[in-house]
Amino acid sequence: MSPTNGLVIAVPRGALFEGTVDLLTGLGLDTDELRSNDRKLLFEDIGVITMRPSDVPIYVEAGAADLGITGKDVLLEQAAQRPGEGGREVYELLDLGFGRCTMVLASKAGPDPALEALRRLGVMRVATKYPRIAARHLEETGRQAEIVEVKGSVELAPLTGVVEAIVDLTATGTTLRENNLVVREEIVACTARLIANPVAHKLKAAPIDDLLERLRGLTPAGAA
Amino acid sequence: MIHPIPSGTRDVLPDETREVRAITDALRGVFERHGYGEVYTPALEYESVLARADMAEARPAYRVFDESGEVLVLRSDMTVPIARVVATRYASSEPPLRFCYFAHCYRGVRPQRGQPRELLQAGIELIGAPAPQGTAEALTVLCHALDTTGLKDYRIGLGDASLFPSLMARIGVPDATRAGLLEALVLRDFVGLQGTLAESGLPDEAAELLLELPQRRGGQEILTDVPAAAAEAVTGLRRVHELLDPAVAERVIFDLGLVRNIGYYTGAVFDVYDPALGTPIGGGGRYDELLGRFGRGLPAVGFALGVDRLHIALAGEERGTGALLAAATTPAETRP
Repeated sequence: MSPTNGLVIAVPRGALFEGTVDLLTGLGLDTDELRSNDRKLLFEDIGVITMRPSDVPIYVEAGAADLGITGKDVLLEQAAQRPGEGGREVYELLDLGFGRCTMVLASKAGPDPALEALRRLGVMRVATKYPRIAARHLEETGRQAEIVEVKGSVELAPLTGVVEAIVDLTATGTTLRENNLVVREEIVACTARLIANPVAHKLKAAPIDDLLERLRGLTPAGAA
Repeated sequence: MIHPIPSGTRDVLPDETREVRAITDALRGVFERHGYGEVYTPALEYESVLARADMAEARPAYRVFDESGEVLVLRSDMTVPIARVVATRYASSEPPLRFCYFAHCYRGVRPQRGQPRELLQAGIELIGAPAPQGTAEALTVLCHALDTTGLKDYRIGLGDASLFPSLMARIGVPDATRAGLLEALVLRDFVGLQGTLAESGLPDEAAELLLELPQRRGGQEILTDVPAAAAEAVTGLRRVHELLDPAVAERVIFDLGLVRNIGYYTGAVFDVYDPALGTPIGGGGRYDELLGRFGRGLPAVGFALGVDRLHIALAGEERGTGALLAAATTPAETRP
Protein backbone atom coordinates (compact mmCIF):
# COMPACT_ATOMS: atom_id res chain seq x y z
CA MET A 1 0.00 0.00 0.00
CA SER A 2 1.22 3.50 -0.80
CA PRO A 3 2.15 5.93 2.01
CA THR A 4 -1.24 7.60 1.48
CA ASN A 5 -3.11 4.26 1.63
CA GLY A 6 -4.16 4.40 -2.01
CA LEU A 7 -6.26 7.53 -1.43
CA VAL A 8 -6.49 10.32 -4.00
CA ILE A 9 -5.55 13.69 -2.49
CA ALA A 10 -6.33 17.15 -3.90
CA VAL A 11 -3.31 19.39 -3.33
CA PRO A 12 -3.58 23.20 -3.56
CA ARG A 13 -1.10 25.12 -5.74
CA GLY A 14 -0.08 28.52 -4.39
CA ALA A 15 0.58 29.65 -0.82
CA LEU A 16 -0.36 26.34 0.79
CA PHE A 17 1.60 24.21 -1.69
CA GLU A 18 4.91 24.05 0.21
CA GLY A 19 3.34 23.17 3.53
CA THR A 20 1.14 20.54 1.90
CA VAL A 21 3.97 18.88 -0.01
CA ASP A 22 6.16 18.90 3.13
CA LEU A 23 3.35 17.09 4.92
CA LEU A 24 3.05 14.51 2.13
CA THR A 25 6.83 14.01 2.20
CA GLY A 26 6.56 13.50 5.95
CA LEU A 27 4.06 10.72 5.28
CA GLY A 28 6.68 9.01 3.13
CA LEU A 29 5.33 9.97 -0.31
CA ASP A 30 7.83 10.49 -3.16
CA THR A 31 7.14 14.14 -3.95
CA ASP A 32 10.15 14.94 -6.17
CA GLU A 33 8.15 15.24 -9.39
CA LEU A 34 5.33 17.07 -7.61
CA ARG A 35 7.85 19.70 -6.47
CA SER A 36 9.75 19.99 -9.75
CA ASN A 37 6.94 19.89 -12.33
CA ASP A 38 4.58 22.79 -11.77
CA ARG A 39 2.71 22.34 -15.06
CA LYS A 40 1.51 18.81 -14.52
CA LEU A 41 -1.87 18.52 -12.81
CA LEU A 42 -2.40 14.79 -12.36
CA PHE A 43 0.19 12.65 -10.55
CA GLU A 44 -1.44 9.25 -10.82
CA ASP A 45 1.40 7.14 -9.46
CA ILE A 46 1.30 8.94 -6.09
CA GLY A 47 -2.47 9.61 -6.04
CA VAL A 48 -2.23 13.41 -6.15
CA ILE A 49 -4.11 15.98 -8.21
CA THR A 50 -3.18 19.66 -8.07
CA MET A 51 -5.39 22.71 -8.48
CA ARG A 52 -5.98 26.20 -7.13
CA PRO A 53 -7.07 26.19 -3.47
CA SER A 54 -10.61 27.40 -4.17
CA ASP A 55 -11.19 24.42 -6.48
CA VAL A 56 -10.21 21.82 -3.86
CA PRO A 57 -13.68 21.59 -2.21
CA ILE A 58 -15.29 21.23 -5.64
CA TYR A 59 -13.17 18.22 -6.61
CA VAL A 60 -13.49 16.63 -3.18
CA GLU A 61 -17.25 17.14 -3.06
CA ALA A 62 -17.61 15.55 -6.50
CA GLY A 63 -15.54 12.56 -5.39
CA ALA A 64 -12.68 13.11 -7.87
CA ALA A 65 -10.43 13.13 -4.78
CA ASP A 66 -11.03 11.33 -1.49
CA LEU A 67 -9.22 13.96 0.55
CA GLY A 68 -8.12 17.52 -0.04
CA ILE A 69 -6.17 20.28 1.61
CA THR A 70 -7.32 23.89 1.43
CA GLY A 71 -7.59 27.04 3.54
CA LYS A 72 -10.36 27.71 6.05
CA ASP A 73 -10.94 30.95 4.12
CA VAL A 74 -11.96 28.89 1.06
CA LEU A 75 -14.25 26.69 3.15
CA LEU A 76 -15.92 29.69 4.80
CA GLU A 77 -16.41 31.42 1.46
CA GLN A 78 -18.13 28.33 0.04
CA ALA A 79 -20.14 27.48 3.19
CA ALA A 80 -23.91 27.72 3.42
CA GLN A 81 -25.11 31.24 4.13
CA ARG A 82 -28.44 30.20 5.57
CA PRO A 83 -29.91 26.97 6.92
CA GLY A 84 -31.09 24.78 4.08
CA GLU A 85 -29.06 26.55 1.43
CA GLY A 86 -26.43 23.83 1.39
CA GLY A 87 -22.71 24.59 1.38
CA ARG A 88 -20.06 22.22 0.12
CA GLU A 89 -20.86 18.70 1.29
CA VAL A 90 -17.43 17.77 2.62
CA TYR A 91 -16.08 16.69 5.98
CA GLU A 92 -13.61 19.00 7.70
CA LEU A 93 -11.37 16.52 9.49
CA LEU A 94 -8.23 18.23 10.72
CA ASP A 95 -6.67 21.63 11.34
CA LEU A 96 -3.22 21.22 9.80
CA GLY A 97 -1.86 24.34 11.50
CA PHE A 98 0.20 25.75 8.63
CA GLY A 99 -0.62 28.62 6.28
CA ARG A 100 -1.86 30.70 9.20
CA CYS A 101 -3.33 34.05 8.21
CA THR A 102 -6.15 36.36 9.21
CA MET A 103 -9.21 37.62 7.37
CA VAL A 104 -9.31 41.35 8.12
CA LEU A 105 -11.26 44.48 7.39
CA ALA A 106 -8.80 47.22 6.46
CA SER A 107 -8.99 50.80 5.26
CA LYS A 108 -6.69 53.75 4.52
CA ALA A 109 -4.53 54.97 7.40
CA GLY A 110 -5.69 58.06 9.23
CA PRO A 111 -9.35 58.79 10.04
CA ASP A 112 -11.29 55.68 9.00
CA PRO A 113 -13.03 56.48 5.66
CA ALA A 114 -15.39 53.53 6.20
CA LEU A 115 -16.70 55.06 9.44
CA GLU A 116 -17.13 58.40 7.73
CA ALA A 117 -19.05 56.79 4.86
CA LEU A 118 -21.30 54.93 7.31
CA ARG A 119 -21.96 58.09 9.31
CA ARG A 120 -22.69 60.40 6.37
CA LEU A 121 -24.00 58.06 3.67
CA GLY A 122 -25.31 55.15 5.76
CA VAL A 123 -23.46 52.58 3.71
CA MET A 124 -19.83 51.57 3.20
CA ARG A 125 -18.36 50.13 0.04
CA VAL A 126 -16.09 47.13 0.55
CA ALA A 127 -13.86 45.47 -2.04
CA THR A 128 -12.98 41.81 -1.59
CA LYS A 129 -12.24 38.46 -3.21
CA TYR A 130 -14.40 36.93 -0.47
CA PRO A 131 -17.85 38.46 -1.07
CA ARG A 132 -19.74 35.95 1.08
CA ILE A 133 -17.43 36.19 4.10
CA ALA A 134 -17.46 40.00 3.83
CA ALA A 135 -21.25 40.21 3.46
CA ARG A 136 -21.81 37.83 6.38
CA HIS A 137 -19.41 39.73 8.67
CA LEU A 138 -20.94 43.12 7.88
CA GLU A 139 -24.46 41.76 8.21
CA GLU A 140 -23.66 40.15 11.56
CA THR A 141 -22.17 43.40 12.84
CA GLY A 142 -25.21 45.35 11.67
CA ARG A 143 -23.64 47.53 9.00
CA GLN A 144 -24.99 48.30 5.56
CA ALA A 145 -22.39 47.59 2.89
CA GLU A 146 -22.03 47.44 -0.85
CA ILE A 147 -19.76 44.54 -1.71
CA VAL A 148 -17.50 45.07 -4.72
CA GLU A 149 -16.06 41.76 -5.90
CA VAL A 150 -12.63 42.06 -7.51
CA LYS A 151 -10.37 39.35 -8.87
CA GLY A 152 -6.99 41.13 -8.78
CA SER A 153 -5.19 43.22 -6.15
CA VAL A 154 -7.80 44.29 -3.65
CA GLU A 155 -5.52 46.99 -2.19
CA LEU A 156 -5.97 49.12 -5.28
CA ALA A 157 -9.69 49.68 -4.72
CA PRO A 158 -9.52 51.88 -1.56
CA LEU A 159 -6.51 53.81 -2.88
CA THR A 160 -8.42 54.86 -5.98
CA GLY A 161 -11.60 55.78 -4.11
CA VAL A 162 -13.65 52.90 -5.53
CA VAL A 163 -14.36 51.68 -1.99
CA GLU A 164 -13.78 52.80 1.61
CA ALA A 165 -12.55 49.45 2.94
CA ILE A 166 -11.43 45.97 1.96
CA VAL A 167 -11.90 42.49 3.38
CA ASP A 168 -8.86 40.37 2.62
CA LEU A 169 -6.58 37.67 3.88
CA THR A 170 -3.27 38.80 5.39
CA ALA A 171 -0.37 36.79 6.76
CA THR A 172 2.24 39.38 7.71
CA GLY A 173 0.43 42.63 6.90
CA THR A 174 3.30 43.77 4.65
CA THR A 175 1.18 44.35 1.54
CA LEU A 176 -1.34 46.31 3.56
CA ARG A 177 1.36 48.52 5.10
CA GLU A 178 3.04 49.14 1.74
CA ASN A 179 -0.26 50.40 0.41
CA ASN A 180 -0.91 52.62 3.43
CA LEU A 181 -3.78 50.47 4.70
CA VAL A 182 -4.38 49.57 8.34
CA VAL A 183 -6.26 46.65 9.85
CA ARG A 184 -9.49 47.86 11.50
CA GLU A 185 -11.00 44.51 12.44
CA GLU A 186 -9.85 40.90 12.55
CA ILE A 187 -12.68 38.72 11.28
CA VAL A 188 -11.37 35.17 11.57
CA ALA A 189 -8.04 33.31 11.70
CA CYS A 190 -7.51 30.79 8.92
CA THR A 191 -5.21 27.77 8.58
CA ALA A 192 -4.94 24.82 6.20
CA ARG A 193 -7.58 22.13 6.71
CA LEU A 194 -7.90 18.51 5.68
CA ILE A 195 -11.28 17.80 4.06
CA ALA A 196 -12.87 14.54 2.91
CA ASN A 197 -15.55 13.44 0.49
CA PRO A 198 -18.58 12.24 2.53
CA VAL A 199 -18.91 8.94 0.68
CA ALA A 200 -15.17 8.18 0.78
CA HIS A 201 -15.26 9.01 4.51
CA LYS A 202 -17.65 6.06 4.99
CA LEU A 203 -16.46 3.60 2.35
CA LYS A 204 -12.73 4.14 2.98
CA ALA A 205 -12.94 4.67 6.73
CA ALA A 206 -9.91 2.59 7.73
CA PRO A 207 -7.38 4.10 5.26
CA ILE A 208 -8.65 7.62 6.02
CA ASP A 209 -8.48 7.17 9.80
CA ASP A 210 -4.98 5.69 9.56
CA LEU A 211 -3.81 8.65 7.47
CA LEU A 212 -5.51 11.06 9.88
CA GLU A 213 -3.65 9.52 12.80
CA ARG A 214 -0.29 9.83 11.05
CA LEU A 215 -1.08 13.43 10.03
CA ARG A 216 -1.88 14.30 13.65
CA GLY A 217 1.62 13.09 14.52
CA LEU A 218 3.11 15.48 11.92
CA THR A 219 0.97 18.48 12.84
CA PRO A 220 2.06 20.94 15.53
CA ALA A 221 0.20 20.33 18.79
CA GLY A 222 -1.05 23.92 18.94
CA ALA A 223 -2.89 23.60 15.65
CA ALA A 224 -6.29 22.95 17.20
CA MET B 1 -35.75 30.10 -30.11
CA ILE B 2 -34.43 29.22 -26.65
CA HIS B 3 -37.01 29.52 -23.90
CA PRO B 4 -35.41 29.09 -20.48
CA ILE B 5 -36.59 26.88 -17.60
CA PRO B 6 -35.79 27.54 -13.92
CA SER B 7 -32.32 26.66 -12.60
CA GLY B 8 -32.25 23.17 -11.08
CA THR B 9 -35.07 21.81 -13.27
CA ARG B 10 -34.85 20.02 -16.60
CA ASP B 11 -36.77 18.42 -19.41
CA VAL B 12 -36.48 14.65 -19.55
CA LEU B 13 -36.44 13.40 -23.14
CA PRO B 14 -37.23 9.89 -24.41
CA ASP B 15 -33.75 8.30 -24.15
CA GLU B 16 -33.40 9.34 -20.52
CA THR B 17 -37.05 8.64 -19.74
CA ARG B 18 -36.65 5.05 -20.97
CA GLU B 19 -33.72 4.49 -18.60
CA VAL B 20 -35.41 6.22 -15.66
CA ARG B 21 -38.58 4.22 -16.31
CA ALA B 22 -36.61 0.97 -16.23
CA ILE B 23 -35.27 1.93 -12.79
CA THR B 24 -38.63 3.02 -11.35
CA ASP B 25 -40.41 -0.04 -12.77
CA ALA B 26 -37.83 -2.31 -11.09
CA LEU B 27 -38.22 -0.45 -7.78
CA ARG B 28 -42.01 -0.48 -7.99
CA GLY B 29 -41.99 -4.25 -8.50
CA VAL B 30 -39.97 -4.78 -5.32
CA PHE B 31 -42.07 -2.34 -3.29
CA GLU B 32 -45.33 -3.99 -4.44
CA ARG B 33 -43.96 -7.48 -3.78
CA HIS B 34 -43.24 -6.46 -0.19
CA GLY B 35 -46.80 -5.21 0.20
CA TYR B 36 -46.24 -1.46 -0.25
CA GLY B 37 -49.14 0.13 -2.12
CA GLU B 38 -48.38 3.13 -4.30
CA VAL B 39 -49.92 6.52 -3.48
CA TYR B 40 -50.07 9.93 -5.16
CA THR B 41 -50.54 13.10 -3.17
CA PRO B 42 -50.79 16.70 -4.38
CA ALA B 43 -47.53 18.52 -5.16
CA LEU B 44 -49.10 21.58 -3.52
CA GLU B 45 -50.01 21.47 0.17
CA TYR B 46 -51.09 23.99 2.78
CA GLU B 47 -48.03 25.42 4.50
CA SER B 48 -49.83 25.35 7.84
CA VAL B 49 -50.39 21.59 7.53
CA LEU B 50 -46.83 20.62 6.55
CA ALA B 51 -45.49 22.97 9.24
CA ARG B 52 -46.68 20.47 11.85
CA ALA B 53 -43.55 18.46 11.00
CA ASP B 54 -40.10 19.63 12.00
CA MET B 55 -38.49 19.65 8.59
CA ALA B 56 -35.37 21.63 9.62
CA GLU B 57 -33.16 22.04 6.56
CA ALA B 58 -35.53 20.25 4.20
CA ARG B 59 -38.51 22.54 4.81
CA PRO B 60 -40.41 23.68 1.73
CA ALA B 61 -38.68 26.43 -0.22
CA TYR B 62 -41.36 27.42 -2.74
CA ARG B 63 -44.56 29.22 -1.74
CA VAL B 64 -47.55 30.51 -3.60
CA PHE B 65 -50.87 32.06 -2.57
CA ASP B 66 -54.16 30.58 -3.65
CA GLU B 67 -57.23 32.59 -4.62
CA SER B 68 -58.28 33.09 -1.00
CA GLY B 69 -54.86 34.11 0.25
CA GLU B 70 -53.90 30.77 1.81
CA VAL B 71 -50.19 30.00 1.64
CA LEU B 72 -49.45 26.87 -0.40
CA VAL B 73 -46.06 25.19 -0.63
CA LEU B 74 -44.51 22.76 -3.08
CA ARG B 75 -43.80 19.65 -1.00
CA SER B 76 -40.12 19.10 -0.16
CA ASP B 77 -40.51 15.40 0.67
CA MET B 78 -43.18 12.67 0.69
CA THR B 79 -42.87 11.52 4.30
CA VAL B 80 -44.82 14.43 5.73
CA PRO B 81 -47.66 14.28 3.14
CA ILE B 82 -48.01 10.53 3.80
CA ALA B 83 -48.15 11.20 7.56
CA ARG B 84 -51.02 13.57 6.77
CA VAL B 85 -52.72 10.93 4.61
CA VAL B 86 -52.45 8.32 7.37
CA ALA B 87 -53.94 10.61 10.01
CA THR B 88 -56.72 11.74 7.68
CA ARG B 89 -57.66 8.74 5.55
CA TYR B 90 -56.49 5.83 7.69
CA ALA B 91 -57.50 7.25 11.07
CA SER B 92 -58.86 3.93 12.34
CA SER B 93 -57.05 1.39 10.15
CA GLU B 94 -55.21 -1.41 11.84
CA PRO B 95 -51.44 -0.91 11.59
CA PRO B 96 -48.99 -1.70 10.14
CA LEU B 97 -49.62 0.32 6.97
CA ARG B 98 -47.32 0.14 3.98
CA PHE B 99 -47.07 2.80 1.27
CA CYS B 100 -44.68 3.51 -1.57
CA TYR B 101 -44.40 6.51 -3.87
CA PHE B 102 -42.67 7.89 -6.94
CA ALA B 103 -42.99 11.64 -6.75
CA HIS B 104 -41.28 14.91 -7.54
CA CYS B 105 -40.24 17.00 -4.55
CA TYR B 106 -38.97 20.57 -4.55
CA ARG B 107 -36.04 22.01 -2.63
CA GLY B 108 -34.21 25.32 -2.74
CA VAL B 109 -30.77 23.75 -3.02
CA ARG B 110 -27.75 24.96 -4.98
CA PRO B 111 -28.25 23.02 -8.21
CA GLN B 112 -25.42 20.59 -9.01
CA ARG B 113 -24.90 17.02 -10.16
CA GLY B 114 -27.59 14.75 -8.71
CA GLN B 115 -28.94 17.67 -6.69
CA PRO B 116 -31.75 19.26 -8.70
CA ARG B 117 -34.39 21.59 -7.25
CA GLU B 118 -37.09 19.35 -8.65
CA LEU B 119 -36.06 15.84 -7.65
CA LEU B 120 -37.77 12.54 -8.35
CA GLN B 121 -37.92 10.46 -5.19
CA ALA B 122 -38.78 6.78 -4.90
CA GLY B 123 -39.46 5.51 -1.42
CA ILE B 124 -41.52 3.64 1.11
CA GLU B 125 -43.14 4.44 4.45
CA LEU B 126 -43.85 1.69 6.98
CA ILE B 127 -46.33 3.02 9.53
CA GLY B 128 -47.01 1.33 12.86
CA ALA B 129 -44.01 -1.02 12.91
CA PRO B 130 -41.70 -0.20 15.81
CA ALA B 131 -37.94 -0.79 16.09
CA PRO B 132 -36.16 -3.07 15.61
CA GLN B 133 -38.43 -5.18 13.31
CA GLY B 134 -39.79 -2.23 11.34
CA THR B 135 -36.32 -0.81 10.77
CA ALA B 136 -35.02 -4.20 9.65
CA GLU B 137 -37.93 -4.54 7.19
CA ALA B 138 -37.22 -1.11 5.69
CA LEU B 139 -33.52 -1.94 5.28
CA THR B 140 -34.41 -5.26 3.67
CA VAL B 141 -36.77 -3.63 1.16
CA LEU B 142 -34.08 -1.00 0.49
CA CYS B 143 -31.43 -3.61 -0.33
CA HIS B 144 -33.80 -5.71 -2.45
CA ALA B 145 -34.80 -2.58 -4.37
CA LEU B 146 -31.19 -1.57 -5.04
CA ASP B 147 -30.23 -5.13 -5.98
CA THR B 148 -33.06 -5.23 -8.50
CA THR B 149 -31.77 -2.12 -10.27
CA GLY B 150 -28.41 -3.86 -10.71
CA LEU B 151 -26.43 -1.54 -8.44
CA LYS B 152 -23.49 -3.59 -7.18
CA ASP B 153 -21.13 -1.80 -4.84
CA TYR B 154 -23.50 0.14 -2.59
CA ARG B 155 -23.30 0.23 1.19
CA ILE B 156 -25.81 1.38 3.81
CA GLY B 157 -24.49 3.64 6.56
CA LEU B 158 -26.54 2.94 9.71
CA GLY B 159 -26.60 5.28 12.70
CA ASP B 160 -28.99 6.68 15.28
CA ALA B 161 -30.27 10.26 15.23
CA SER B 162 -30.81 10.21 18.99
CA LEU B 163 -27.30 9.03 19.82
CA PHE B 164 -25.48 12.36 19.91
CA PRO B 165 -28.29 14.39 21.53
CA SER B 166 -28.80 11.78 24.26
CA LEU B 167 -25.04 11.53 24.76
CA MET B 168 -24.92 15.28 25.33
CA ALA B 169 -27.83 15.07 27.77
CA ARG B 170 -26.29 12.18 29.76
CA ILE B 171 -22.92 13.87 29.99
CA GLY B 172 -24.60 17.06 31.15
CA VAL B 173 -23.56 19.37 28.33
CA PRO B 174 -25.04 22.82 29.09
CA ASP B 175 -28.07 23.66 26.92
CA ALA B 176 -26.30 26.67 25.46
CA THR B 177 -23.50 24.48 24.08
CA ARG B 178 -25.65 21.67 22.67
CA ALA B 179 -26.94 23.48 19.59
CA GLY B 180 -23.43 24.52 18.57
CA LEU B 181 -22.06 20.99 18.90
CA LEU B 182 -24.94 19.48 16.94
CA GLU B 183 -24.60 22.15 14.25
CA ALA B 184 -20.88 21.34 13.83
CA LEU B 185 -21.76 17.67 13.47
CA VAL B 186 -24.51 18.37 10.91
CA LEU B 187 -22.05 20.53 8.95
CA ARG B 188 -19.53 17.63 9.08
CA ASP B 189 -17.05 20.02 10.72
CA PHE B 190 -14.95 18.02 13.18
CA VAL B 191 -12.45 20.88 13.54
CA GLY B 192 -15.32 23.14 14.58
CA LEU B 193 -16.65 20.43 16.90
CA GLN B 194 -13.26 20.19 18.59
CA GLY B 195 -13.05 23.98 18.90
CA THR B 196 -16.53 24.28 20.42
CA LEU B 197 -15.72 21.46 22.86
CA ALA B 198 -12.46 23.14 23.88
CA GLU B 199 -14.34 26.37 24.68
CA SER B 200 -17.22 24.60 26.44
CA GLY B 201 -15.38 24.01 29.72
CA LEU B 202 -16.45 20.35 29.72
CA PRO B 203 -14.12 17.87 31.46
CA ASP B 204 -11.47 16.50 29.08
CA GLU B 205 -12.89 13.00 29.24
CA ALA B 206 -16.37 14.13 28.19
CA ALA B 207 -15.01 16.35 25.42
CA GLU B 208 -12.86 13.52 24.10
CA LEU B 209 -15.90 11.21 24.02
CA LEU B 210 -18.07 13.73 22.16
CA LEU B 211 -15.32 14.18 19.57
CA GLU B 212 -14.34 10.54 19.17
CA LEU B 213 -17.66 8.71 19.14
CA PRO B 214 -19.22 10.47 16.12
CA GLN B 215 -16.08 9.74 14.07
CA ARG B 216 -16.54 6.01 14.52
CA ARG B 217 -17.75 4.16 11.45
CA GLY B 218 -17.08 0.66 10.16
CA GLY B 219 -18.02 -2.91 11.02
CA GLN B 220 -19.32 -4.36 14.28
CA GLU B 221 -15.91 -3.76 15.90
CA ILE B 222 -16.76 -0.06 16.33
CA LEU B 223 -19.69 -0.97 18.59
CA THR B 224 -17.40 -2.32 21.28
CA ASP B 225 -16.15 -0.15 24.16
CA VAL B 226 -19.11 2.17 23.80
CA PRO B 227 -19.64 4.29 26.93
CA ALA B 228 -22.80 3.74 28.99
CA ALA B 229 -24.24 7.06 27.83
CA ALA B 230 -24.47 5.78 24.25
CA ALA B 231 -25.17 2.13 25.04
CA GLU B 232 -28.93 2.36 24.47
CA ALA B 233 -28.69 3.60 20.89
CA VAL B 234 -25.91 1.14 20.08
CA THR B 235 -27.90 -1.77 21.48
CA GLY B 236 -30.77 -0.68 19.23
CA LEU B 237 -28.49 -0.78 16.18
CA ARG B 238 -27.23 -4.24 17.14
CA ARG B 239 -30.80 -5.53 17.44
CA VAL B 240 -31.66 -4.25 13.97
CA HIS B 241 -28.50 -5.79 12.57
CA GLU B 242 -29.26 -9.17 14.14
CA LEU B 243 -32.61 -9.29 12.36
CA LEU B 244 -31.13 -8.79 8.89
CA ASP B 245 -30.47 -11.56 6.38
CA PRO B 246 -26.74 -12.03 5.75
CA ALA B 247 -27.00 -10.54 2.24
CA VAL B 248 -28.50 -7.35 3.73
CA ALA B 249 -26.35 -7.30 6.88
CA GLU B 250 -23.12 -7.38 4.89
CA ARG B 251 -24.12 -4.13 3.16
CA VAL B 252 -24.31 -2.27 6.49
CA ILE B 253 -21.62 0.07 7.76
CA PHE B 254 -22.24 1.34 11.29
CA ASP B 255 -21.78 5.09 11.55
CA LEU B 256 -22.10 6.63 15.02
CA GLY B 257 -21.76 10.16 13.61
CA LEU B 258 -24.60 9.88 11.12
CA VAL B 259 -27.07 12.74 11.43
CA ARG B 260 -29.56 13.63 8.74
CA ASN B 261 -30.48 17.25 8.23
CA ILE B 262 -34.20 16.63 8.55
CA GLY B 263 -35.55 17.31 12.03
CA TYR B 264 -38.24 14.62 12.42
CA TYR B 265 -35.92 11.59 12.72
CA THR B 266 -35.94 10.02 16.18
CA GLY B 267 -34.00 6.72 16.08
CA ALA B 268 -32.15 4.65 13.51
CA VAL B 269 -31.16 6.64 10.41
CA PHE B 270 -29.41 5.47 7.28
CA ASP B 271 -27.74 6.72 4.11
CA VAL B 272 -27.00 4.84 0.89
CA TYR B 273 -23.47 5.20 -0.51
CA ASP B 274 -21.99 4.00 -3.77
CA PRO B 275 -18.36 4.49 -4.83
CA ALA B 276 -19.62 5.68 -8.23
CA LEU B 277 -21.16 8.84 -6.73
CA GLY B 278 -19.64 11.40 -4.36
CA THR B 279 -22.92 12.00 -2.50
CA PRO B 280 -25.43 9.65 -0.86
CA ILE B 281 -28.00 8.14 -3.26
CA GLY B 282 -30.72 8.32 -0.64
CA GLY B 283 -31.52 7.55 2.94
CA GLY B 284 -34.13 7.36 5.61
CA GLY B 285 -34.81 6.46 9.18
CA ARG B 286 -37.26 6.21 12.05
CA TYR B 287 -39.67 9.04 12.76
CA ASP B 288 -41.62 7.74 15.73
CA GLU B 289 -43.06 11.12 16.74
CA LEU B 290 -44.09 12.60 13.40
CA LEU B 291 -47.43 10.77 13.09
CA GLY B 292 -48.38 11.97 16.57
CA ARG B 293 -48.10 15.57 15.41
CA PHE B 294 -50.82 14.78 12.86
CA GLY B 295 -52.99 13.12 15.50
CA ARG B 296 -52.25 9.44 14.99
CA GLY B 297 -49.33 8.49 17.23
CA LEU B 298 -47.72 5.53 15.50
CA PRO B 299 -44.06 4.59 15.24
CA ALA B 300 -42.82 4.69 11.65
CA VAL B 301 -39.83 4.24 9.40
CA GLY B 302 -39.13 4.94 5.73
CA PHE B 303 -36.60 5.80 3.10
CA ALA B 304 -36.34 7.79 -0.11
CA LEU B 305 -33.98 7.24 -3.02
CA GLY B 306 -33.02 10.02 -5.41
CA VAL B 307 -33.88 8.38 -8.73
CA ASP B 308 -31.53 10.69 -10.65
CA ARG B 309 -28.67 9.91 -8.29
CA LEU B 310 -29.34 6.20 -8.57
CA HIS B 311 -29.31 6.59 -12.34
CA ILE B 312 -25.93 8.41 -12.22
CA ALA B 313 -24.47 5.75 -9.92
CA LEU B 314 -25.68 2.94 -12.19
CA ALA B 315 -24.17 4.67 -15.21
CA GLY B 316 -20.92 5.15 -13.26
CA GLU B 317 -20.73 1.52 -12.23
CA GLU B 318 -21.46 0.50 -15.81
CA ARG B 319 -18.48 2.52 -17.04
CA GLY B 320 -16.40 0.82 -14.38
CA THR B 321 -15.10 4.19 -13.33
CA GLY B 322 -16.99 5.65 -10.47
CA ALA B 323 -16.25 9.28 -9.75
CA LEU B 324 -14.01 8.19 -6.89
CA LEU B 325 -11.91 6.15 -9.29
CA ALA B 326 -11.89 8.58 -12.20
CA ALA B 327 -8.62 10.30 -11.25
CA ALA B 328 -6.87 6.97 -10.86
CA THR B 329 -8.04 5.43 -14.12
CA THR B 330 -7.50 7.97 -16.88
CA PRO B 331 -7.63 6.26 -20.29
CA ALA B 332 -4.19 5.24 -21.55
CA GLU B 333 -4.21 7.53 -24.59
CA THR B 334 -4.43 10.68 -22.48
CA ARG B 335 -1.43 9.72 -20.40
CA PRO B 336 1.80 11.60 -21.11
